[in-house]
Amino acid sequence: MRIYADNAATTKPSRAAINAMLPFLEEEYGNPSSLYALGQRAKEALEQAREEIAAVIRATPKEIFFTSGGSEADNQAILSAAEIGRKAGKRRIISAAFEHHAVLHTLNRLEKDGFDVTLLDVHENGVVRPAELEAAIRGDTCLVTVMTANNEIGTLQPIRELGAICKKRGVPFHTDAVQAVGHLPVDVDADNIDMLSASAHKFHGPKGVGFLYARNGVRLSNLIEGGAQERGKRAGTENVPAIMGMAAALKESASRMAEDAARMGALRDRLIAGLQEIPHSALNGDAAKRLPGNVNFCFEGIEGEGLLLHLDDRGICASSGSACTSGSLEPSHVLLAIGRAHDVAHGSLRLTIGEDATEEEIDYIIRNVKEVVEYLRGFSPVWRDLTSGKAQFIL
Amino acid sequence: MALYSEKVMDHFRNPRNVGVIEDADGVGEVGNAKCGDIMKMYLKIEDDVVTDVKFETFGCGSAIASSSMATELIKGKPVADAMKLTNKAVAEALDGLPAYKMHCSVLAEEAIQSALEDYYEKHPEKKP
Repeated sequence: MRIYADNAATTKPSRAAINAMLPFLEEEYGNPSSLYALGQRAKEALEQAREEIAAVIRATPKEIFFTSGGSEADNQAILSAAEIGRKAGKRRIISAAFEHHAVLHTLNRLEKDGFDVTLLDVHENGVVRPAELEAAIRGDTCLVTVMTANNEIGTLQPIRELGAICKKRGVPFHTDAVQAVGHLPVDVDADNIDMLSASAHKFHGPKGVGFLYARNGVRLSNLIEGGAQERGKRAGTENVPAIMGMAAALKESASRMAEDAARMGALRDRLIAGLQEIPHSALNGDAAKRLPGNVNFCFEGIEGEGLLLHLDDRGICASSGSACTSGSLEPSHVLLAIGRAHDVAHGSLRLTIGEDATEEEIDYIIRNVKEVVEYLRGFSPVWRDLTSGKAQFIL
Repeated sequence: MALYSEKVMDHFRNPRNVGVIEDADGVGEVGNAKCGDIMKMYLKIEDDVVTDVKFETFGCGSAIASSSMATELIKGKPVADAMKLTNKAVAEALDGLPAYKMHCSVLAEEAIQSALEDYYEKHPEKKP
């Protein structure tokens, strides 16, 4: 059996996305900035895609800026707000400890440049508390950026409430919604969002394309100079085929979002219940407030990479927050942010199922994870110390 | 291009000499769980020869493969040869490790050194 359970890393491009892209690779290859008909047809298609994308998140087309993906959108949103803040003498940014590195590393850069960054606690359940945001906002705050759904543990944040607090205090609110767009309803007005980042390949679109939503009136700074594309805010000839694929993928995802979320949520809970039978294991992140496809566990006494490699041998694609999979000695900052000890964080497994997952596949995953965890524990000196009483179990 | 060589995957999938020697002559444990790698080596030594060796490892694929290969390289060899085992030899025998995984082979060398030190502590008369 072959099961792709790493949809938080990337998703398989949908047939609709591929079909939407092909004409713009084969016949309609014009540059949207060219004035002849071939170019203008590409321009029209581009604007049609912009309208379709805007409609899904209840924005207006001129508030959508195409980017190379979620990371670029995060960078541009944060650096733009910082630039506005700098001019107004406001140099404080509030974010959360478990943000994606596209956000955290951009904030690090701003800290070196004299900004103060406050990271909100995400607590044991991986959810930011609105009251703590309220308390953290000060007169010199120029931006609040909190992700809509965490990419590792899948926890959903109270975006609407956080946005309402920002609105009341007059602080721009950005959300990295890369894991949420196309999977859960997003309404930038109702959710009080000023800026939002999204990435096409997380919702069955192509890689290398995404968008930044910036509310009318939010002044963006350029990351890339050199042309009038994207209303002068993002130079470079638009990736028309990818943008067409993104729009088609998003439209399709949005049209079946409710049914998909309900079915995937039930399968997710079946997977969680099955893995919870493994002794000394724990679900990471809130059990209810989480993405419909996300399951993330820690298994005490083993290391995640070995688990992934054995699962790959058994046809299951998954990921881990262990240090060995990150190329550093530190395990996932997300797992550390929810209070997992280093030892336990190394033994994490993220399974992110797709819309086409079946009960049979879920049961196959459960069976194989159980077997591999037991096998690896069988020659783990850590597990020996835990079971012999030499060390204390954490989970 | 796979993450690891065929040799590494072979030793990861079918690790040699896994387990415990209850009456070991030398036991060594290195690494720590916080960093994500722990290796424990058990040696049986008779007439200055490593007659048996077993390991337990908590760690990534290359850590398991390095432990396995290290045991293979010293099993049946004179203690003096086991003393000279280097991380480079372990990595080479595995047809190489990715640069950021070289520390796994270092850990394997250290685990064997540590087990031999334990042996010499228990048998000071054998110390060269």
